[in-house]
Amino acid sequence: MSDTAQAGAPAADAIPVTVLTGYLGAGKTTLLNRILSGDHGKRYAVIVNEFGEIGIDNDLIVESDEEIYEMNNGCVCCTVRGDLVRVVEGLTRRKGRFDAIIVETTGLADPVPVAQTFFMDEDVRAKTRLDAVVALVDAKHLPQRLKDSKEAEDQIAFADVVLVNKTDLVTAEELARVEATVRAINPHAVIHRTSRAAIDLDRVLDRGAFDLKRVLESDPDFIAEAEHAHDDHVCGPDCDHDHHDHHHHGHDHHAHGHDHHDHGHDHHHDHGHAAMAPIHDVTVTSVSLRGDELDQGKFFPWIQALTQEQGPNILRLKGIIAFPNDDDRYVVQGVHMIIEGDHQRPWRADEKRESRLVFIGRELDREALEAGFAACAARPRADA
Amino acid sequence: MPTIAPYAFDEFAMAAGFIKDQPAFAIADGTIRLPTTVGDKAVEAHSGGLLAAVFDEANGRLITGGEDGRVCATGADGEARELASIGRKWVTAVAAGPKDAVAFASGRSAYVLSGGTVKELTHSRTVEGVALAPKGLRLAIARYDGASLFFPATDSPPTGLEWKGAHIGVAFSPDGRFLVTAMQENALHGWRLEDGKHMRMTGYPAKVKSWSWAAKGKFLATSGAPAAILWPFSGKDGPMNKAPLELGTRGDTMVTSVACHPAEDMLAIGYADGMILAARFADGREAVMRGGGDGAVTTMGWDKAGARLAFGAETGEAGVIDLAG
Repeated sequence: MSDTAQAGAPAADAIPVTVLTGYLGAGKTTLLNRILSGDHGKRYAVIVNEFGEIGIDNDLIVESDEEIYEMNNGCVCCTVRGDLVRVVEGLTRRKGRFDAIIVETTGLADPVPVAQTFFMDEDVRAKTRLDAVVALVDAKHLPQRLKDSKEAEDQIAFADVVLVNKTDLVTAEELARVEATVRAINPHAVIHRTSRAAIDLDRVLDRGAFDLKRVLESDPDFIAEAEHAHDDHVCGPDCDHDHHDHHHHGHDHHAHGHDHHDHGHDHHHDHGHAAMAPIHDVTVTSVSLRGDELDQGKFFPWIQALTQEQGPNILRLKGIIAFPNDDDRYVVQGVHMIIEGDHQRPWRADEKRESRLVFIGRELDREALEAGFAACAARPRADA
Repeated sequence: MPTIAPYAFDEFAMAAGFIKDQPAFAIADGTIRLPTTVGDKAVEAHSGGLLAAVFDEANGRLITGGEDGRVCATGADGEARELASIGRKWVTAVAAGPKDAVAFASGRSAYVLSGGTVKELTHSRTVEGVALAPKGLRLAIARYDGASLFFPATDSPPTGLEWKGAHIGVAFSPDGRFLVTAMQENALHGWRLEDGKHMRMTGYPAKVKSWSWAAKGKFLATSGAPAAILWPFSGKDGPMNKAPLELGTRGDTMVTSVACHPAEDMLAIGYADGMILAARFADGREAVMRGGGDGAVTTMGWDKAGARLAFGAETGEAGVIDLAG
């Protein structure tokens, strides 16, 4: 069996699963209580580590001991949450009992095994679909959390949606720094500012962040700027600032080889800033690649080999690929060594047929990624 | 020609079999159905849902565990008697043993009920499966990186049987010489208990969710492939260095449930499309017992005489097949 799962899309009637991460005190329970008591006519099954503070009496709240199982395939990053396999199997045997599942993780939990469970376990995958990973961040305490633990950073790096919560407890300046930090760790998450975890639930639930049909559609850094819904996210406050005045703290700062120059707006993020974050203690970086059409015969072997070799360092990857003589956008996404891809929809006449790929992870070799990506080009680039 | 008495229970059938020759079904909605003794009325055993069920043939009862933290024993009379209650926790595995011993699991604890007392055995990792040895009072649990054997009547520390990976189900062979686990990976693992010798049983395209020992423990029949896979256990070394028997191979669907006949060298094989075949060990000859249905067969059980087979599917379709017609 291959270490790289190449499974197809889950069933259409699959139950959506939202994973809620965040450090102790970030506001997960407050958000959960809002979801459970909201007037939305939906029933949620909630898997928690401890019943704790959830004030709502609901027979669909299940307590579960976090149980990380390494898969016996020689791949150290192929981990699943065994308890989720069991609980999800139990919950989904019953039909029509609830509309969606929310998994609340402990403050110190690694979100990766949680997400991988929904890709690696056949039974779980057949019944559910991972909707999105939502991270809550305590605006007041994030700098300290990042000093204390790798997990706080992982949770942000891995998230599709980040709620910067408790904004009422910080100054505008502190908030700006926290958001810049979140952006530095994860330029591709949708960020919302909240106080007491108050948010329109549509922005947290049913995001389709792992849905290949929708992948990257709501990524603030990725979608075509023309159709960019600016009210859907909060841009990092200093995303048009010059980051070059920040400390270098020992990083060998690579040249920014991004092709941002061709989309003529002054609002783009500069991914290079991950290497010199405004707050220390950030070890996650992201690499964005952009190019013209790719050769299928070169791209697939490259991305397969890359995820096999670099899987442990890659937290998330997402991409839209243009292949010659292919009318459809090809989308890929991955978690560690797991990668999946599919045709998404036809390229629109007003869209530039280009290939884009982003990696979020640790110890990413930007130059090697850029070179490998460039080598997949369907034809040599004149301006390369 | 076999005849089928069909039933529709709407929800996932967890266990189908017989209590004192009367068909009985444990359904995921928390109910027990006894169509020939209680009739259409559902016996409410567990509020919330039923998570595990096993027939205790020797004592004529069906043991169940549920989301309500209760363990119940239901007899042919349709009364669900509570054996234990551990509060707001899921009981995810149950097992029946000699005399009236019952074992169950919840989170990182295994419990053994014997002679009117309950003993809790805690573990550092989740207890995924439980089994009681055919003789004496010996408990096996499946866990991460192996299995552990306890003598619950004593306070002696457990014996560890180590094998890397997550083990999610466990069973003793009928003669008590072997212990077999089902894994999170698509594989089984076994140990010969006298010397701890390993037996790897791999090659499945899917997880093994159903297994059944043949009469006299000759074979362990399993689901998880397009054929029923039967590992030979009659020799001294069990299935070591032996190829399994493959019966009822179908190209287009998977075996989801198996039940060996209580006396003869044959088994019933249930498939993902609802079909049920009977197949003979000796020559692989097949006979159709049920043509198909609207969902995967999840559970099957023979009556004591081996004349009738009760079955249930994930959709709640169920029935009793009478071989005599």
